[in-house]
Amino acid sequence: MSKVHVELNVNGQPEEVLCEPQQSLLDLLRDELHLTGTKEGCGTGDCGACTVLMDERLVCSCLVLAPEANGKKVVTVEGIADQNGLHVVQQKLLEHAALQCGVCTPGFVVAAKALLDKNPDPDETTIRYWLAGNLCRCTGYDKIIRAVQDAAQELKATTTS
Amino acid sequence: MAEAVREFTAIGTRPIRPDGVEKVTGKANFGADFSLPGMLYGKVLRSPYAHARVKGIDLSEAKAMEGVFSVITSADFPKENPSDMSCNILAREKVLYHGHALAAVAARSQSIAEEAINSIKVEYEVLQPVLSADAALAEDAPLVDENLRTNGDESFMPSNVAATVHYERGDVDKGFEKADYIVEEEYRIPSAHQGYIEPHACVADVNEKGRASVWCCTQGAFEVRNYISEVLQKKISDIKVTPSEIGGGFGGKTVVYVEPVAVRLSELAGRPVKMVMNREEVFRATGPCSATVCRVKVGANKDGIITAAKAWMAYEAGAFPGSPVTPGCMSIFAPYDLKNFVIDGLDVLVNKPKVAAYRAPGAPQSMHAMESAVDELARKLNMDPIDLRLKNAADEGTEAPYGPKYPAIGLVECLKAAKVHPNYVNKPAKDVGRGVAVGFWFNIGMQSSAEIWVAPNGAVTIMEGSPDIGGSRASMCLMAAETLGIPYDSINAVIGDTESTGFCNLTGGSRTTFATGLAVVRACEDVIAECKRRAAMTWDLDTEQVDWENGFAVPRPGVNIEAEPLSFAELAKTAGRTGGPLVGRASVNAQGAGACFSVNWTDVTVDRDTGKVDVQAFTAVQDAGRAIHPSYVEGQMQGGAVQGIGWALNEEYIYDDNGVLENASFLDYRIPVASDVPMIDCQIVEVPNPSHPYGVRGVGETPIVAPLAATANAVREVLGFRINDLPMSPPRVLEALDNAS
Ligand code: FES
Ligand code: FES
Repeated sequence: MSKVHVELNVNGQPEEVLCEPQQSLLDLLRDELHLTGTKEGCGTGDCGACTVLMDERLVCSCLVLAPEANGKKVVTVEGIADQNGLHVVQQKLLEHAALQCGVCTPGFVVAAKALLDKNPDPDETTIRYWLAGNLCRCTGYDKIIRAVQDAAQELKATTTS
Repeated sequence: MAEAVREFTAIGTRPIRPDGVEKVTGKANFGADFSLPGMLYGKVLRSPYAHARVKGIDLSEAKAMEGVFSVITSADFPKENPSDMSCNILAREKVLYHGHALAAVAARSQSIAEEAINSIKVEYEVLQPVLSADAALAEDAPLVDENLRTNGDESFMPSNVAATVHYERGDVDKGFEKADYIVEEEYRIPSAHQGYIEPHACVADVNEKGRASVWCCTQGAFEVRNYISEVLQKKISDIKVTPSEIGGGFGGKTVVYVEPVAVRLSELAGRPVKMVMNREEVFRATGPCSATVCRVKVGANKDGIITAAKAWMAYEAGAFPGSPVTPGCMSIFAPYDLKNFVIDGLDVLVNKPKVAAYRAPGAPQSMHAMESAVDELARKLNMDPIDLRLKNAADEGTEAPYGPKYPAIGLVECLKAAKVHPNYVNKPAKDVGRGVAVGFWFNIGMQSSAEIWVAPNGAVTIMEGSPDIGGSRASMCLMAAETLGIPYDSINAVIGDTESTGFCNLTGGSRTTFATGLAVVRACEDVIAECKRRAAMTWDLDTEQVDWENGFAVPRPGVNIEAEPLSFAELAKTAGRTGGPLVGRASVNAQGAGACFSVNWTDVTVDRDTGKVDVQAFTAVQDAGRAIHPSYVEGQMQGGAVQGIGWALNEEYIYDDNGVLENASFLDYRIPVASDVPMIDCQIVEVPNPSHPYGVRGVGETPIVAPLAATANAVREVLGFRINDLPMSPPRVLEALDNAS
């Protein structure tokens, strides 16, 4: 089977990959670039463990064909923290003990950051519906929601001060 | 409340887990994240029939395919006396459920592996499947296993009943004669899946001398080693298992499916082999838990004292014996002090996947039945459901229905805390129904080991073998900090592989914080003893003349010496001069795990047009013995509550008439999402477990038990009638509403 040449930007770095045409963006990230932070829980768009940003839109990377990512800017969980340390969403998830096994966490980190970038002041219902595409079997969501609420508070405090 | 008394410095605080940063940045390695150079990909061929005789398998095309390195069937497993697990992993003469594995290949790429699997031709003689306990128990039912005799008794004719369980006490007939009110009902619950988000995954690499290295996501690396050894008849010393981080298990990762297959494929291919299940395979061929039928009869006198109780239950085991009907029977009446009862249970074979443990295995189903019946009794008696339970509650000294007398337990404390909880005192609004139920789990101890290594700067590494599925590293570090008297931040906990730490049973049965925690505390005490010896040497005293206080060696009061206390850090720094590195170790076979009780209540509404039940509020009160890290205790309570709500309202295995699972995806097997549930309010009650140095009881399993009946009882309150069977999904609620009008 002839391979497809894909050029894309991942977490700020230009990347070039040869992949099989039926491979997903998730496979490209995990198998070709060895960025295994993005997880596969279902491969059918139902669990959100594979959530990444593609040109600033949240997508299930298992539903995007790798060739479709050509020319796109992709941000994965590995690209959320920066030289200043953890993103406030990551820090708050830790402080609230909002992960148990942690396999869903990369998806929640990416999705919650995207929410706060768009809407700095979401109420509980907004957070719950925004994150409804991310399954967590361990936590019952309570502490995740509280962590995101707390992160929003903290972001507000730092931007207004 | 938990926070009120603070006699500890570390225990009861809520620090960040030591493995946290890796888990929020994507650096933590889970089962599918591991790779080796030259690695092949393994895939499995699965049966398209629920019940069929395998007449022949033609592997020739697959074997000849370019890029295929090995192809196996059960003929490549040892032939003699295969265990049920072996026959489940690769079918022998018969396939016993839709999705049953019967061949596997290893190839250079996933697509080649898939092609090879598709090229395998199997000739089947299709047999009639047995698809429910009712069908399995019917006269002339087809036999799942023609050689199965109940309880292994050769004097019986073969049947689908693998085992029977029986408990009784007193005289139930007399007991029911004394009852003024009697409730008698039947409750049915279909199979549900554990639903861990991470599918099963492993890499196996067998070297030229037959030594196997396996990396996998599991609740117990040592158990995986034993299973591979059993299935492949390999020496355990030729198998090394390294547990990855684990993306949820809930009992479903206490057994193996792909690991022995990957080992055999690697052995034949001479290359490492990676196997990762997809979600559909997880649904079709792993887990689930038993579908059940429970009949319960309970009688009480007009004062609300339960005079007799009777239960009969059938648990589907799937295609091989081993449903959790025994714990189902043992737990059904566990919260109550009963003088007269009879309990009967059956372990029943059907043509469905072999069930696996699921959080408090067996208890949610049987206790849903009892807690629903007790709710009906409370209605007949016109009594508050908590008061009725208080009148009959088991307490210290009560003889448990399964035999032993309870030591200190926290059921009464939980019920009393619930009764005065603001969420209970505030009555629900009109059209909102409230339901209450009690939960219970035995908890287990078993074997654990721990080693402590002290670095020259006083930093401590704990090496232990319990895969961390919910923050247990943090609990280990807290108990070590408390025992040694040093800061939490100077301690790290590492989960070892089967060759770098002592034997440790799996993470399950709510045993980790209790039993592995006990080993960690004892290992710390071992280090302290050594620290005291070194200090005594420094001061020229006997070891008995030295005490350990808050992280310092000090001369015992009355010992006449002028000496500055020696800190743990100083002792670590000078260890090279005083006899070498400081280490400690301990191993335990922990006894007295201490049962864990809970009380849950929930407020729900029902949309009479759509049949949808909405959970408005949920409160969990639970005895933790002692909460080491209260946030992770609450996390167990909240996670269990939501799993239980999902089971009560939505989750079920739906089969067609041929035994094909119709909803093998997260789209159609819908577990609760964030917008389905409210915040889960928690109150931790602490009735210390006398068998643990800090009073710990396991807390992981009890939380899933009460939500089923609590939700059912709440729906009963709104509707004015009861829906006995779960789940109370919109179509079923609508049907019930139709039937009622
Ligand atoms: S893996 Fe992509 S949504 Fe589940
Ligand atoms: S923490 Fe385990 S799935 Fe979310």
